[in-house]
Amino acid sequence: MNEEKEVEEQSKPLVLEKLETHHSDALLAQDEARGTIVVVVRKDQAYAVLEYLKTDPELAYTYLVDVTAVDNSQMESELMQFDYARFMVVYQLYSYQGQGRVRVKVPVHENDLSITSVTGLWQGANWLERETYDMFGINFDGHPDLRRILMPDDFEGHPLRKDYPLRGRGERERFNFDKQNV
Amino acid sequence: MQGGLERATGEKMVLNFGPQHPATHGTLRIVLELDGESVLKATPHAGYLHTGFEKLGEHLDYNQYIVVTDRMNYLSPLSNNFGYVLAVEQLLGLEVTKRCQYIRILMAELSRLADHLLWLGTAALDLGAFSVFLYSFREREKLYSIFEKTTGARLTTSYTRVGGVLRDLYAGCEEDVRQFVGNFPKALKETHTLLTRNRIWMDRTKGVGAISADDAINYGLTGPCLRATGVAHDIRKAEPYSSYDEVTFDVPVGTNGDAYDRYLVRMEEMIQSCGIVTQVLDNMPDGPVNLEDNKVTMPEKSDAYGHIEGLIHHFKIVMDGHGVQPPKGEHYCATESPNGELGFYIVSDGSGTAYRIRIRPPSFFHFQALPNMLEGGMVSDTVAVLGSLNVIAGELDR
Repeated sequence: MNEEKEVEEQSKPLVLEKLETHHSDALLAQDEARGTIVVVVRKDQAYAVLEYLKTDPELAYTYLVDVTAVDNSQMESELMQFDYARFMVVYQLYSYQGQGRVRVKVPVHENDLSITSVTGLWQGANWLERETYDMFGINFDGHPDLRRILMPDDFEGHPLRKDYPLRGRGERERFNFDKQNV
Repeated sequence: MQGGLERATGEKMVLNFGPQHPATHGTLRIVLELDGESVLKATPHAGYLHTGFEKLGEHLDYNQYIVVTDRMNYLSPLSNNFGYVLAVEQLLGLEVTKRCQYIRILMAELSRLADHLLWLGTAALDLGAFSVFLYSFREREKLYSIFEKTTGARLTTSYTRVGGVLRDLYAGCEEDVRQFVGNFPKALKETHTLLTRNRIWMDRTKGVGAISADDAINYGLTGPCLRATGVAHDIRKAEPYSSYDEVTFDVPVGTNGDAYDRYLVRMEEMIQSCGIVTQVLDNMPDGPVNLEDNKVTMPEKSDAYGHIEGLIHHFKIVMDGHGVQPPKGEHYCATESPNGELGFYIVSDGSGTAYRIRIRPPSFFHFQALPNMLEGGMVSDTVAVLGSLNVIAGELDR
């Protein structure tokens, strides 16, 4: 039983093995938590890594499950681990060829809020990146149509940032309607 | 007059479809650029029902948030409840009791039936088949009675809890469900005879809104819309959660990925769901429904009112900072909801509220892919395609 376990621990998931061989300088951290492989990737090489994950015939992560972000400004441990990058852009990928799921995370600093768009790899990324832009204010370079999607066009601020208050910044008070005719 | 007609050719017209339109089923909007009756360009717009569910998740505790999940896909709230608590439990590293897992499957499959039935009724209604709407709502009503008796509500079910469910099935639930499942295939056959070989239905849906398998994957389509293109992918089979590996069922697939195939796939899925429900009832294990872990599950009401320990446990769980507190970490959990992959990505900072909750809604992707299916078709196909996708504004905009 023990021996078996040791063997299991030694055999790395294929995706980690391949990333270490081909993109070792892009990897900032790797982890396997609750059945999902998590890799943290340097921002300037994120596109290359994602493209590799999608196009490699053995891995074939052809399905982009999700793109979102996390504002880590109130999560000290995460901030410290990744050079005080405020945002973490999170890509979830799935392979229909049996490689399962992988989560790619990319730290993005507040003074350089831009990351290369993956709309060229996945059509489905279009709206996901628009939502991430809308909610967090992260710009996706090369996105064909980067504008707000859920919030109104004239909305100011990015609601899912941690410094945005739950009840908004006076939207209720400023809401215009004709009080005479109510 | 003749001169007028000549001038009209080649002129584009912009048609605003929605956000208030009887065939959009919710606040969706599509801007169509038309040349005569052909759709040149379609631009879907989302956001009219944005409710800030993800922001709310950072302010409510883990059990409070279950109420919010009801409102995401209001046609199958039980599936949403299920998907959400599963994510929290996996984050906590908990496995609920066997009976609880079976009850959850039972309710999820019944809610799949209810969701598909509503889809069937409204999709057919959009194309003028009024009687199908009545037949499917008649069946759906029976399901809603079962939901009401089980959860206390027809729509806002909030049935699951972290570590269990609200309460065990009511006495006589098995008979009610068996009776429904026994009659249902016959009732569905009525619809088959009305639609499946119906000339009008076939003309309006066959080859309409077709999407290839590669495009479907590229756009992130899931669920019946993906399977209609021929990709036999179902999360219940590929990554079995709860106890889905203990029931047998088929994954129906289509070939053309058009509105007609999506219809056939959903029709067959309903039959498969009936099979799952029967197996679940046949093998329903006895035992407790909730985990006996006082740090996670609420004690019985009688216990909370009758014993000091029960009262303390109850109090602890609802008190901020004493209740369900997953360890620091993150987890993405996907379930097969009636519409496709419903995912919850939860980041925990170790406190009683999530640091971030991200919902991956299937409808978001289906609505995004709409131009691919509409462009080059006719304006009347818009209604057929939109109906076949079952885009739910509540989960589209969250």
